Amino acid sequence: MKDKTDILIIGGGVTGCFAARELSRYDLDITLVEKEPSLCTGTTKANTALIHAGFNADPDKLKGRLNMRGNQLYHERIQHELDVPIEWLGALVVAKEEEKLPKLEELLEKGQENGVPDLEIVKGDDIYDLEPHLADDAIAALHAPTAGIVNPFELTVALANNAAMNGADVYLEAGVEDIEDKGETKLVKTAKGDIEADIVINAAGLYADKIANMVGIDKFEITPRRGEYYLYDKQADIDVQTTVFPVPTKITKGIVVTPTDEGNVLIGPNAEVIESVENKSTTREGLDEVLNGAQKTIPELSKRNVIREFAGLRPAITETGDFLIEASDEVPGFINVAGIQSPGLASAPAIAEKVVGIVEEEIGGLKEDPDFDPNYEGPPKFRHMSHEEQAKLVEEDENYGQIICRCESVTKGEILEAIREPVGARTVNDIKRRVRPGSGRCQGGFCEPKVVNILSEELGIPENEVVLESEESKLLRERTKEPLLNEEEVSDNE
Amino acid sequence: MNKQEYELVVVGGGPAGLAAAQEAYDQGVRDILILERDFELGGILQQCIHNGFGLHYFGEELTGPEYAQQFMENVRERGVDIKLDTMVLEVTPEKDVYAINSDDGMLYIDAEAVILAMGCRERTREAIDIPGTRPAGVYSAGTAQRYVNMEQWIPGEKVVILGSGDIGLIMARRMHLEGAEVEAVLEIMPFSGGLVRNIVQCLDDFDIPLRMQQTVTEIHGKDRLEAVTVAEVDENMQPIPGTEYKIECDTLLLSVGLIPENELSKDAGVKMHDVTGGPIVNEGRETNIEGIFACGNVLHVHDLVDWVTEESLVAGKTAANYLQGGIDKREQEIEVNPGENVGYIVPQKITNDVEDRKLVDLYMRCKKPMEHVTINLYSGDKKLLDKNERRVEPGEMITFPVPEQMISDDMDSLKVDIVKEGE
Ligand SMILES: Cc1cc2nc3c(=O)[nH]c(=O)nc-3n(C[C@H](O)[C@H](O)[C@H](O)COP(=O)(O)OP(=O)(O)OC[C@H]3O[C@@H](n4cnc5c(N)ncnc54)[C@H](O)[C@@H]3O)c2cc1C
Ligand SMILES: Cc1cc2nc3c(=O)[nH]c(=O)nc-3n(C[C@H](O)[C@H](O)[C@H](O)COP(=O)(O)OP(=O)(O)OC[C@H]3O[C@@H](n4cnc5c(N)ncnc54)[C@H](O)[C@@H]3O)c2cc1C
Repeated sequence: MKDKTDILIIGGGVTGCFAARELSRYDLDITLVEKEPSLCTGTTKANTALIHAGFNADPDKLKGRLNMRGNQLYHERIQHELDVPIEWLGALVVAKEEEKLPKLEELLEKGQENGVPDLEIVKGDDIYDLEPHLADDAIAALHAPTAGIVNPFELTVALANNAAMNGADVYLEAGVEDIEDKGETKLVKTAKGDIEADIVINAAGLYADKIANMVGIDKFEITPRRGEYYLYDKQADIDVQTTVFPVPTKITKGIVVTPTDEGNVLIGPNAEVIESVENKSTTREGLDEVLNGAQKTIPELSKRNVIREFAGLRPAITETGDFLIEASDEVPGFINVAGIQSPGLASAPAIAEKVVGIVEEEIGGLKEDPDFDPNYEGPPKFRHMSHEEQAKLVEEDENYGQIICRCESVTKGEILEAIREPVGARTVNDIKRRVRPGSGRCQGGFCEPKVVNILSEELGIPENEVVLESEESKLLRERTKEPLLNEEEVSDNE
Repeated sequence: MNKQEYELVVVGGGPAGLAAAQEAYDQGVRDILILERDFELGGILQQCIHNGFGLHYFGEELTGPEYAQQFMENVRERGVDIKLDTMVLEVTPEKDVYAINSDDGMLYIDAEAVILAMGCRERTREAIDIPGTRPAGVYSAGTAQRYVNMEQWIPGEKVVILGSGDIGLIMARRMHLEGAEVEAVLEIMPFSGGLVRNIVQCLDDFDIPLRMQQTVTEIHGKDRLEAVTVAEVDENMQPIPGTEYKIECDTLLLSVGLIPENELSKDAGVKMHDVTGGPIVNEGRETNIEGIFACGNVLHVHDLVDWVTEESLVAGKTAANYLQGGIDKREQEIEVNPGENVGYIVPQKITNDVEDRKLVDLYMRCKKPMEHVTINLYSGDKKLLDKNERRVEPGEMITFPVPEQMISDDMDSLKVDIVKEGE
């Protein structure tokens, strides 16, 4: 690991990676450190993946303003620059009772105040034209056509790779253990070595308060709020066209039903304050709450065809309920980007824009790097190609002729590409997030041994060193006793 | 694109595909291609290195690979074309087959008939909805079997197995022999879904406890599995509060059922059966799409490979008849319906008029175990045939041969029920 940098970003979630990418536009030396063996293992890996339109966000709060701006930036720039799935499906907030109508009106007004375009309240058959399988007792719905969905994994990976292409350094398994404030610079001690930085950006998500504590800042505390989900098989034949919300109450935004960018249906999240920032466990009660809630808007949902359940933690600052994005006045050169709960993903481009502004102020001006290239292209997607395109791909590279994951039709070529990118994949789950083997209905039962094999070969490590996610999550223990003996013989040998 | 033509394309080179190809050849079809995605033929048998295959068909006990070997040699001797490492991506209702491999690139095969023999896949943790964390160490039993028997890696040291189906039982013994501690095999039902002989040979012989009416209700551990919470269940298979206990373990193997793998079939427009999860077929194993046949685990999950072979010979023969000028149809189609204590019957209908046929085999599963039963075959209210069995179990497929001469032109449906002897 290098020992000096201009700007050190802590955290490889969407916030940190977006900041790295936006800062790599300038003539600066950028370094990002992430404690896990892969990007995108924190809050960014488990959320609803919505680019909210911005009608629900409080205009008086930072998150309200940044949501709207973030959505705009996704439309204007990000979707064109990065090869990342973004779809503008629109959102519906569905009212089933008369007494909920004033709340819809209120959301409409708030949205208009935030500058959300094309909002309208639809009634009667118009609702069902937008969402045919909605519960039959809907009376009105707020329609927000500028709401979208994004693939958060591909987005984060694209940002990190694009930053790396433009000169940023990304270190994985480089958890920050301590920070020494040396006045002009900060000496950051990581699991991979020490590095001295002029500016430190704290984008450590659920751990942002602990990082801040390292330099003596204790003005905020992160409280994890868990949300659980069910994800359905693509082939489940659940017809959902838009992102469907119930009318929010004071307590909760309610359970969302939404398609994902790959055509699965996702339902969730509930909201539960919990103690530990490590507790991403799903629960019987939580999952039942999610399904019951989702059935209120899309009654045909059941447990049938569920292929995955998971939970994510919102890193909330409870006192303010808002993002905290500022240069610390106690510790010069230390920038907190904390409390990035929902709509953190939708706001991410705007958060990065704001961070660039703060850095500019701290440094006193930024010089653009003339060589900056905003474009990034990820591995090809065999599954989305016509047979003619597939034929061409395998002609160019025979690795695209080997299907590794049957459920999602992922080829060896795509997996190799994911491993060989500038910020390459190192874990089974990282490969799953980037190119999807194991994301389908058999959940890796078929392809996991093959992915383990490829990782072992490409990384030059034995298969029992290959991990699922964290450093400690090894999949295999040791070699069998007598390879390929049949069992009778083995027992005779004992 | 690499375009080819074949009379018969067989998708999947497991025991089903092999037997079907062999029989089609023996009936005179010469232009046959088997497409197999693995690096070798033999299907799931290649990882079943235990004994217990072939008692019915060969009259001796073979290991899985030995059983497969016989059929692999047969198709090779006959000069059937085989493409390995080749994944079939699509079969269209017109019987165009798209497949891909590294050598040929994309293959586009114009086939006159197709036999679907893709086997099945395992149900997952999610399919049975176990909450908790998502650490390393939770595997389906078949995946673990592949790791141990094919890749020669042991996945863990302290093992709990959920589900007492055959794969679960066999993996309990396998892990034990590899030096792992098998803490328990848990079964949610009051009876095991596995073969009786496997319970004896895989668990009893090694003192591995089998705990009935218990299931895993939560998974613990951040990085690697650390423990599972287990609870007793009531008659509706719901966990009984207060009965929970924890078992420390680093590995959970799930043997919670197999699902016929029919994505290709569905895309081809083949109609599926709700209970079997496989295509609806007639007695020749032909689907609703003329010229598309199905056999083996893709059609319904078999416990014994011997029946897979029998069934696939039928499919291969009918496919040959189809290619050689068509199949005569009966005037009236006969539905085959499950009655009391019968889960399903394959075939679901009898539609063909086959000259020299002596028997039509019905394959079925009972819903619950019963002792001293009579299996009755009815046409309307009229009883045609019965046979007595000492014991029936959902885990063991029942075969019921119906003599051809009993099937008459005026029938429109058959029904089978399983009742206590003497009732
Ligand atoms: C249930 C739920 C639903 C949501 N739905 C939406 C939605 O639909 N739309 C939306 O806009 N937003 C949504 N959000 C919010 C959004 O997911 C987050 O705002 C966003 O992902 C936060 O990203 P981040 O990069 O700040 O945090 P993270 O993704 O958590 O990244 C922080 C990173 O820092 C690393 N790190 C921690 N400590 C250290 C250390 N010491 N050294 C080095 N690295 C460290 C972590 O490993 C992690 O990778 C949702 C959140 C949840 C929980
Ligand atoms: C773990 C286990 C233990 C068993 N133990 C016993 C036992 O003790 N005794 C016994 O008699 N029976 C046993 N059986 C049952 C028996 O082995 C199976 O029923 C039999 O193997 C099924 O044969 P099949 O050809 O239908 O399926 P498979 O053997 O699964 O073959 C299907 C083939 O199709 C290929 N395929 C699938 N999709 C595609 C595609 N798109 N393109 C190309 N190829 C494809 C697969 O790679 C596979 O090779 C056991 C089964 C299992 C799973």
